[in-house]
Amino acid sequence: MKARYYVSPVAPQVPTASMADIAFLLIIFFMLTTSFSPERTSVELPNSQIRTEVSKNAAIVAITQDGVLKFTDGERPSFVLSESELGKLASEIIGFIPGKEFVIKADRSVRYEHVDKVLEQLRLNGAKKIGLLTERRVGETI
Amino acid sequence: MKLGTRRQTSEIPTSSMADIAFLLIIFFMLTAVFATTKGLQFGFPKDDPTQLDVQPEESIHIKIIAEGQFIVDKRPMSLNEMEGYIQAKTLQVPQKPVIIQTENEVPYFVMIEVFDLMKNLKIQNISIPTSSEIQRWKAFGVFE
Repeated sequence: MKARYYVSPVAPQVPTASMADIAFLLIIFFMLTTSFSPERTSVELPNSQIRTEVSKNAAIVAITQDGVLKFTDGERPSFVLSESELGKLASEIIGFIPGKEFVIKADRSVRYEHVDKVLEQLRLNGAKKIGLLTERRVGETI
Repeated sequence: MKLGTRRQTSEIPTSSMADIAFLLIIFFMLTAVFATTKGLQFGFPKDDPTQLDVQPEESIHIKIIAEGQFIVDKRPMSLNEMEGYIQAKTLQVPQKPVIIQTENEVPYFVMIEVFDLMKNLKIQNISIPTSSEIQRWKAFGVFE
């Protein structure tokens, strides 16, 4: 007896129509969860065990490894400025929002004098709340 | 004359849609900066030069002179020794203020290390004076 094989008239294919849907869903997810920080200076932060959340709309002062200052009020993109300019801006901001938090995002290996000068300017111009950004220590879960 | 009917149905080519979408995903993943929003917090005291709230004998004075080199209450100590010393001191008086003074050339992370240790030891009163405050304290005879 001769074996008869059934040959389907439809060619086999992988259904890829829903692939785009999945991909666009992922895009929407990434677009919604990505928070565009106004301060994007890349610095290597120091590590600490204790880390508390700083306020979301805090002004950020970034200090790069070679001591260059960058500032953002938390809304507009950051820009390079001098210590005296920082003082002026800080005083203006505190004039509008007295309880404004200032966050220092300094490189871990920057000389402390740069941080000291920034703290000095912030203190003299009436800042009350200061945050020092850190990263969690490698190998720790906190 | 017989007109031939078209067998092929018209359709929009969507096969490359997934490629475009995945390209966009990769772009978003690479450009997304994971913002760090955590750190150590402290507050400045009210700036009042007439009120000097630091009594030299009551506070613990930590001077950071280099990485791993600390002078605590005029005695050189390592980080571990300092931890033990401060723990013992604050056991008696929990409200004891701790002053962290950092020399100019010390890398920033050393100061954070000490600050983190103090936070870990649950010290409530941590003071980080700026250079001008230290000058003023020196004038008042708090520091020599």
